[in-house]
Amino acid sequence: MKEISLHVLDIVENSLNAGATVVEIEIVEDSKKDLLAIEIRDNGMGMDEQTVKKALDPFFTSRTTRKVGLGLPLLAQAAKTAGGDVTVHSLPGQGTVVKAWFKKSHIDLQPLGNMADTVASLVAVHPDVDFIYRHVIDGGVYRFDLRQIRRKLQDVPVNNPLVVNWIKKFISDSLKEINGGAE
Amino acid sequence: MMGVIKSIEELEKIREQARELINLRKDNENKTRIVVGMGTCGISAGARQVLLAILDELKKRNISDVIVTETGCIGMCRFEPMVDVIKPNQPKVTYVNVDADKARQIVARHIVNNQVVDEWVIPNI
Repeated sequence: MKEISLHVLDIVENSLNAGATVVEIEIVEDSKKDLLAIEIRDNGMGMDEQTVKKALDPFFTSRTTRKVGLGLPLLAQAAKTAGGDVTVHSLPGQGTVVKAWFKKSHIDLQPLGNMADTVASLVAVHPDVDFIYRHVIDGGVYRFDLRQIRRKLQDVPVNNPLVVNWIKKFISDSLKEINGGAE
Repeated sequence: MMGVIKSIEELEKIREQARELINLRKDNENKTRIVVGMGTCGISAGARQVLLAILDELKKRNISDVIVTETGCIGMCRFEPMVDVIKPNQPKVTYVNVDADKARQIVARHIVNNQVVDEWVIPNI
């Protein structure tokens, strides 16, 4: 993966494969603490303790078409390379929480990349899932709640190409705003 | 904050615009489907930009009767990003090693003009 936002997309796909109907994505950028933290919470089917342990092993997957599952191991590798790590907490029937953190100033930190594209892509192909996305940049907070947008749209589906395009722009404009206009 | 309010106002306009297009085509049957491979392999090969390029091209052309969905890894990771085009009553066509530019051309040539772009279709193995 070239950007952290692509890891986020990939990890959320795991949540959706686990039957999640609500997925919360949180990104926190904190310059003072020199920290970039990511948290993905879902209400999918969850995993037992043994499966959680295996989830970080590249030779484990719940899929059957191919014998290796690389999503979480790739994220863990990216985190460890940049002075951080990954944890996975899960309970069967209750969902999963994946946390990853990185040292923001680390020379090997991948760029965060385009979170607007990641969220817009998820909405486009999973219109029935409630995505909530919160992004904090040094105290500036942006919150995106697909449920509010769905209510506003009434009978127009959230994956209509016009709407997906609007979501992309809405998120990227808002992130610029909380980032003080900087990219 | 002003930006958010302006954006929400825009969303209302988009709702009206989208509604007009949808009303023209009420039949849910016989829709063309585009399926993008979004497993770990697809995502790392560029599937996100492919998906967004397809949606953008559909938007530009005012096409709202095409369903865009995703699939996971199908075990042919070296051909990712892969895109299936399934037109009603026609066999599925699978495009391989697609990028954003090819994706736009697939919409123009295959979806709009009904011509399969043979050179990008999966090789017979």
